Amino acid sequence: MNLDPRNFQQAAREALNDPLLRPALGRMKTHFGAGRAAAVARYGDFEALREAGKAIRDYAVTHLDELLTQFERSVVARGGTVHWARDAAEARDLILGILRDAGAKTVTKGKSMVTEEIALNPFLEANGIVPVETDLGEYIVQLRHEPPSHIIAPAFHLSKEQVAETFFASHTDLDPKRSLVERNALVQEARAVLRRSFESADAGITGANFLSAKEGAAVIVTNEGNGDLTRLLPKMHIVVTGIEKVVADMNDVAVLLRLLPRSATGQPISTYVSVMAGRRGADESDGPQAFHVVLVDNGRSKLIGTEAQDVLRCIRCSACINHCPIYGAIGGHAYGATYMGPIGAALNPGVMGVENAAHHANASTFCGRCAEVCPVKIPLPRIMRHWRAVEHSKGLAPRSITAGLGVWAFAAKRPGLYRLGASVMAWFLRMMGRRGTVHALPVMQGWFAVRDFPVPQGRTFQAQWKARRQNAAERIGLEGGNSRSRQQR
Amino acid sequence: MTAKPRVGLFVTCLVDLVRPQVGFAAVKLLEQAGCQVEVPAAQTCCGQPAWNAGADAHAVDIARQTIAAFEGFDHVVVPSGSCGGMIKRHYPEVFEKDEAWLARARALAAKTHELMSFLVKVRGMSGVTAQFAKTVCVHDSCSSLREMGVKAEPRALLGSVSGLTIDELKDQQTCCGFGGLFSVKYPEISERMADDKIADALSTKATVLTGGDLGCLLHLKGRMARQGKALEVRHAAEILADMGGEPALGEP
Repeated sequence: MNLDPRNFQQAAREALNDPLLRPALGRMKTHFGAGRAAAVARYGDFEALREAGKAIRDYAVTHLDELLTQFERSVVARGGTVHWARDAAEARDLILGILRDAGAKTVTKGKSMVTEEIALNPFLEANGIVPVETDLGEYIVQLRHEPPSHIIAPAFHLSKEQVAETFFASHTDLDPKRSLVERNALVQEARAVLRRSFESADAGITGANFLSAKEGAAVIVTNEGNGDLTRLLPKMHIVVTGIEKVVADMNDVAVLLRLLPRSATGQPISTYVSVMAGRRGADESDGPQAFHVVLVDNGRSKLIGTEAQDVLRCIRCSACINHCPIYGAIGGHAYGATYMGPIGAALNPGVMGVENAAHHANASTFCGRCAEVCPVKIPLPRIMRHWRAVEHSKGLAPRSITAGLGVWAFAAKRPGLYRLGASVMAWFLRMMGRRGTVHALPVMQGWFAVRDFPVPQGRTFQAQWKARRQNAAERIGLEGGNSRSRQQR
Repeated sequence: MTAKPRVGLFVTCLVDLVRPQVGFAAVKLLEQAGCQVEVPAAQTCCGQPAWNAGADAHAVDIARQTIAAFEGFDHVVVPSGSCGGMIKRHYPEVFEKDEAWLARARALAAKTHELMSFLVKVRGMSGVTAQFAKTVCVHDSCSSLREMGVKAEPRALLGSVSGLTIDELKDQQTCCGFGGLFSVKYPEISERMADDKIADALSTKATVLTGGDLGCLLHLKGRMARQGKALEVRHAAEILADMGGEPALGEP
């Protein structure tokens, strides 16, 4: 399992050779791609909805200070507490402090990528607190000690047979001869096991899809209902999320709720939408007695005002990932980071450092599919290119690439030299060719590792064009000469 | 009678080096469409490899050279969605912080067209006089599709070729895995993407894979040659200009 983004190339190679991964990734197009396409077609003017979503998120990103302070006031007015974490370590310490103050020993968790980002689970375990993931996919990868391979479908890389193996290995108190062949049997077993955790947990931790500044509410979408059980049953609910998730009010949330599930799973709306605002009131019969929100920066605020600022609009729907041909080839683990695919490629170099996550920005053909499906119109390839420019200007790009580019650019800026170089190259490739293609050369080894190179047809276009023009000019000259000679006669 | 529009042909570095016939096909088609075609000698590459690698200083120099060479024409036509997209979509980004050059970049962008969309949309060409009695599948490059908005035009023109039948790929949206330097930097990922595209092409009735971008075609043909797969690959302009009888890409 790759946990280091610098090992991307090796991890990608391993992923490509993983026979179990390919069928799983093959389901991506039918499962998410076709679902989104149908949902968008049914909606009508989805383009206008995207524009509205973009405007809402742009407003939020450019008014974060105002909205976040308003959000804090609103949460406090409802009896909750807001905590501010500059980085992952601060967030972990804050959460541990909150849990320790309450004497909590066990914690149920709704799916939260920010808690993955700050590596909360291993930290809690090391400090004597047991976290139990309650989203089915997240629960499965937790049992397998793997990170999620996808931001909304954490166990997408696994077959149901692999899940069954995991359950047999983990749920050792159950009958070893039970049948886990059917998908439903897996779901029922997880429900039964998780029910015990829900009932005994001292605290529940969820993420948030949106924070509404005016109402002081956190909103999550789920399809399993685990989010509600996580936040309502224990005495304490802690929301852990990124500072950029805030929007002005629930009207804005309502617009984004039309965009999010359609872009993510192709659903018009998720099975559950939970609005979580403060602790249980005096006249209320259920809900947590304590409500905390931990707002994590962890590199986000430093993107404001940079060429990567638009990435903060992201609502984590995963449409870019689901439509990414690179993700479709290698899956999520190869990235060695919490956020994979195009959103990872645009975000990770900014928050993890270009020196660590340069591969993410480079491993793209700039096919543009991600930007085309992004519900809030983030120019993802443009931001990836920005990180490549940063990498280049810092001298971090591989020497083989920059040296090659340098030689090529020297010629490309000198048309006469370039034409000569191209002519020599065309001749050379024709000499090296066998039956129409070149099989290997000492340069461009990446190309020749997997393919041949078609032999040039003949001399370069420019050389042939020049020759034709000269012939034509001579012909005209000859004809002119002939006519003169005729006149002389 | 109005004067013929002066068209500057941006040949592209790959056509210049590997497939000059595409350039001559483009000249022929443009002349058939009533244009006066010129090929400025001061062109090399559009600079996309530098721009995509983040080598912005190189991209700036090369873009300036291209703008200077082509801004005098009525139209700039490119037999590639990718190089066309570089000029049309990305040159203005290259000069975002340089007002004087930004204006020139935008002016050039406004009159730059992918070859087949120029023929159909600007010159009103509805068909060609060419013969090609084969079934083809059409690979849309990502830049043609998403940067230049070209999809119907190659099909309209190919559909007018005598004897030609189109059998479409099942997945017309997904990248073939070329991506310029990507194909060299991440060969194994590129390979998987190529193999998926090739499998799609082989599952059609087509014996010919065609398209408007030589980069994708070199990559796909190169991969097929390595595997001994026998689909004929050629640029759509060759078929449209009735040059489909010449040996295909990568064939002796």
